Amino acid sequence: MFKVPKVIDTIQFGILSPEDVRKMSVLRVITADTYDDDGYPIEKGLMDQRLGVIDPGLKCKTCGQKFGDCPGHFGHIELARPVIHVGHAKDVHKILKSVCRDCGKLKLDTAQREHFHDQLMKASDRLKNKEIIVKETMDKAAKSVCPWCGSDKRTIKFEKPYTFYEEWGEERNKLTPIDVRERLEKIPLEDYELIGVNKDVSKPEWMVLTVLPVPPVTVRPSITLESSVRSEDDLTHKLVDIIRINQRLRENIDAGAPQLIVEDLWELLQYHVTTYFNNSTSGVPPARHRSGRILKTISQRLSGKEGRFRSNLSGKRVDFSARTVVSPDPYISINEVGVPDFVASELTVPEKVTVHNLEEMKVIVRNGPNTHPGANYVIRNDGRRKKITDTTKDDVAEELDVGFTVERQLRDGDIVLFNRQPSLHRLSIMAHEVRVMPYKTFRLNLCVCPPYNADFDGDEMNLHLPQTEEARSEAGIIMKVQENIISPRFGEPVIGGMQDYISGAYLMTRDGSEFSAEEVEESFYESGILNNKVGVEAFNERSKPWTGKELFEVLLPKDLSVEFRSKTCRKCERCEFANCKFDNYVVIKEGKLLHGVIDGAAFKARSSCKLLDKIVKDYGSDEGREFLDSVTKLIISVIMKVGLTTGIDDVDIPEEGLERIDEILENARNKVMENIDAYNRGELEKQPGQTIEDTLENRIMAELAKARDNAGAAAEQYLGMKRHAVIMAKTGAKGNMLDLTQMAACLGQMTVRGKRLHRGYQERSLPHFKRGDRSAKARGFVSSSYRKGLSPTEFFFHSMGGREGLVDTAVRTAQSGYMQRRLINALQDLKVEKDRTVRDNSNNIIQFEYGEDGVDPSRSSYGEAVDIDWIIHKTITSRKE
Amino acid sequence: MVDLSYIDNQLVEYGEKTTEHILGQLKEKLYMANEKYNLSNDEVTSIIEDCIKTYERSLVDPGEAVGTIAAQSLGEPGTQMTLNTFHYAGVADINVTLGLPRIIEIVDARKDPNTPVMRIYLDEEIRESREKAEDIVKEIEGTTIESISKSMKIDVINMSIVVELDTYKMEKQGLTIEDIKEKLYKLKKVESIEDEDNFLTLKAGDVSLMELRKFFNRVKGHQLKGIKNVKRALIKKEAEEYVIYTEGSNLGEAFKIPGVDLSRSISNDINEIQRVLGIEAARRAIVDEIRKTLEEQGLEVDIRHIMLLSDLMTMEGEIKQIGRHGISGEKSSILARASFEVTTNHLMKAAKFGEIDTLSGVTENVIIGQPIPMGTGNVKLIMKK
Repeated sequence: MFKVPKVIDTIQFGILSPEDVRKMSVLRVITADTYDDDGYPIEKGLMDQRLGVIDPGLKCKTCGQKFGDCPGHFGHIELARPVIHVGHAKDVHKILKSVCRDCGKLKLDTAQREHFHDQLMKASDRLKNKEIIVKETMDKAAKSVCPWCGSDKRTIKFEKPYTFYEEWGEERNKLTPIDVRERLEKIPLEDYELIGVNKDVSKPEWMVLTVLPVPPVTVRPSITLESSVRSEDDLTHKLVDIIRINQRLRENIDAGAPQLIVEDLWELLQYHVTTYFNNSTSGVPPARHRSGRILKTISQRLSGKEGRFRSNLSGKRVDFSARTVVSPDPYISINEVGVPDFVASELTVPEKVTVHNLEEMKVIVRNGPNTHPGANYVIRNDGRRKKITDTTKDDVAEELDVGFTVERQLRDGDIVLFNRQPSLHRLSIMAHEVRVMPYKTFRLNLCVCPPYNADFDGDEMNLHLPQTEEARSEAGIIMKVQENIISPRFGEPVIGGMQDYISGAYLMTRDGSEFSAEEVEESFYESGILNNKVGVEAFNERSKPWTGKELFEVLLPKDLSVEFRSKTCRKCERCEFANCKFDNYVVIKEGKLLHGVIDGAAFKARSSCKLLDKIVKDYGSDEGREFLDSVTKLIISVIMKVGLTTGIDDVDIPEEGLERIDEILENARNKVMENIDAYNRGELEKQPGQTIEDTLENRIMAELAKARDNAGAAAEQYLGMKRHAVIMAKTGAKGNMLDLTQMAACLGQMTVRGKRLHRGYQERSLPHFKRGDRSAKARGFVSSSYRKGLSPTEFFFHSMGGREGLVDTAVRTAQSGYMQRRLINALQDLKVEKDRTVRDNSNNIIQFEYGEDGVDPSRSSYGEAVDIDWIIHKTITSRKE
Repeated sequence: MVDLSYIDNQLVEYGEKTTEHILGQLKEKLYMANEKYNLSNDEVTSIIEDCIKTYERSLVDPGEAVGTIAAQSLGEPGTQMTLNTFHYAGVADINVTLGLPRIIEIVDARKDPNTPVMRIYLDEEIRESREKAEDIVKEIEGTTIESISKSMKIDVINMSIVVELDTYKMEKQGLTIEDIKEKLYKLKKVESIEDEDNFLTLKAGDVSLMELRKFFNRVKGHQLKGIKNVKRALIKKEAEEYVIYTEGSNLGEAFKIPGVDLSRSISNDINEIQRVLGIEAARRAIVDEIRKTLEEQGLEVDIRHIMLLSDLMTMEGEIKQIGRHGISGEKSSILARASFEVTTNHLMKAAKFGEIDTLSGVTENVIIGQPIPMGTGNVKLIMKK
């Protein structure tokens, strides 16, 4: 039945003692070879069958389990001579320095010991504090002469990575690992704490290895290539080296070989053991494979982005997931995701068979694996799992009983998690309801693009299927798209209209846009409003055409009253508010759109949109989803009737305008030349804190920027709301006026690193110019417009500016990615406790009240806990006249 | 029209249920609304009740992983920020680091920020006088002998350095030849200084040409006046008062100058603020600097996220950086530390110290495959047998 999962409470770290190593070992490895000529593992070799199984079909000689079940078993190597563990070499040095060479005691007298001991006791549990005290203790001890036996002071020199010398006066003596180990052994137990060694789990002498554990073969599986050549793991290679040298060393010692040879071999053993642990130790040439490739040993396996920790432990591969290209579908809800049928029939949900769903499950099982709402597996009451095939489906369905679990295929309404990388914020993974559809892409509502930062130029997204009831309900309640309309970053909608929805809303609701009853009925029908929000009877007695505003207000909550400035607002000096003659002040009273045009300011994602914000916050996420779903459908229907397009003629400017622009640019060029002349004559006045050249550059830049703005302004006069590109820009649908003036009038100055273009050739940007030419043209000022077309030099300058942008983006993503990783790592353990304080996982209080007022940003309004004005406004407007 | 005392009474009655900040605002806004719309008693009560209800509804849920949300809220807009290291902040053409590099600098708690800048306000009596501001600038701004001389050269024959002083500039800086000589004598190696018609001749004793050249460079950069580290100071008029902006920062010294308004003058060097003004000021400075940088980039981030970051960085009384040498390096969990950076070092240390990982954080539990103690994973149910 229900399995209670094992819970790991704590993990203790420590150093393995030689006894531990021998105890956990199943075998002392003595042969450096792996397989014999027949391809059979050699007894007592590195691939001994007692170390675990890596071939399917074989059984482990130690535990008798099969491949996949047997976790593998450790062996060990008895080292002929001890070696230093590189990872601990630095610690060994510190300890050697602070203990007496004769009596082994810490070189501190009783009073000093008491003092540091007290401090250690007082130090909190934080490792950092203890570390500091231990360091102080050891520094102090290292500097003193042994107060216990008074033996003479000798300094211990540490030569990285693993050699120790003892020096006194002019003399110098190498400390072999045996010497080191002897000294460490002499340290009395009561000193362990003061040198930062936990006596329960570690001893300093264990930092010098006498026995080396051999990891199970499952940790270092060999692979068989197609040519049936066995290729061993890097660790195995390294272990072979160690055993070989170890054997030779032992033989030489036994044979009484000269000291020199023994020492050389000992050094070599030390080298192999060192690189076995860490093959990127500085000061040691890395061990290489025969091919010259640097071996990947234990340390390399663990650390770094591709290491065990980051790529296998902190991030894991999962089942029940799918990935494919996304494409848009404006007719599904923001809460939904379209899942291709072939994906749906592969992903399964375990469902328990009860008396209530027995019949339903039977139908599903009978559908088999190939008819869509089917099932792929059945788990019977005895725990056996059975695959459903077309031939067995009817039998399985017959057999189905209460208590069985059916792994049924994904179907409409199931909750799935949907994700797009890079997952920069929590809105990058949201829960959607499934809508099974034909074809091969995931379908996504366009309003949900901003939080995922998705577009449809080939983006792929991932889908995960929660497998337990708890997971599904959690996802449905907290992770649903509609629950995430408001961003936790700034408390305003991140899900909302974009592009055509915005310009469409403008076209629909602007003054003078009218629709015949037939058009309206059709639109209402298409967008699912008819018979839902508006009955057919609304059309019965009506003869006059509908205004766009009337169409829009159908979707508003009946008691909503808001006022705000639309995006197209011209920011007049004196605002007329509800009397705005440009129809740019939106007044909604009790669900009626009385005045104003709907555009970006009303419901565009990520732009402080007032209307959507109010609907979601005051009427809840259901209402918000409903509003977005229907408004977008209505707008598409309307925009298809009205029509919206853009082309090059949207930026056409009459001859007189072009002349005016040319004149402005000509004047600017002249002014630039005047400045240059003044500079050449030495008459230019230097600005404080700048060189004369900087002054000139700044003046020219200012002059040209002004010229571009003026040219743009001149062009803007001709760019009225009749042009669709302008509608897009002004309503906030796409682009801005600067883009349009660049198309119509003049691109302006190209810059690299904030300066005019000046590099490339000697004192000039291109060989087309004279050396030292500082004129506008020669330094990257593009006076053409996109419409007119760029001259070859201008085009080149333009691409220089463009390249900088590309490089910038590439560098920035790397930098901000690393910053975010660090931020997440530092902040991830902080949470709000039940007493509303913010604490970390060691229970340190970071804030007594979250954000000083305990308010969740995603539930605030514009950063404030309560929008008092809005509450007063609501109270006033709800007054009965 | 409601009697104002009614509003006051109601506010006192409901006062305990919400924050002072909201109460203050409520009072002000109710007074105004009362004037404008002629509120009734019932309306006042209903507004207050509504506000309290809204406040209670807007509180964070216990268990909310506010840390992660804050980190994401600060990290996500990073991709949208510019990389422009230098940018004219409009402030009297003093360069300041902006955008992503600046945020990284703050988060790293760098000891030597790229572009330290001070903003010095003046005491009330003198803040509207340009002359007074200029006097203070003279005291602040670093003046080297190079900046007040027409020319400087090495006289190889006499093995000396000859400086031609610019009397106009000297006057402007309020320096006399005597002052300069006095300051120059403080330099090491100076043996004698002779002056003659605005020409100073420095002798450096018995030195080689190479040493003389080195000495020459030292003389060039020798500060005659002003605060250490401050290279330039500019005056800017803001509203009614004159404010001094400096390139380079040294708050401690600046505060010693009479006329400087201690309560408002500030630097953008966070470590310096901590040294001079204390940790609470540093906390505030981090919040302000991050907010300013984000605002300048047109990015919206709720202040609560920034405050949380700042509180974490300053929690222990000194500024700790986000990252390996600060907060992430001092975490209680070995596994969390090991999975961040320098994996093996942390494991080795843990072995020696015999550390115990209590698995109370997020990463540790992800690693061993248990539910994380956040949000819904924070709730525990114990069933009776």
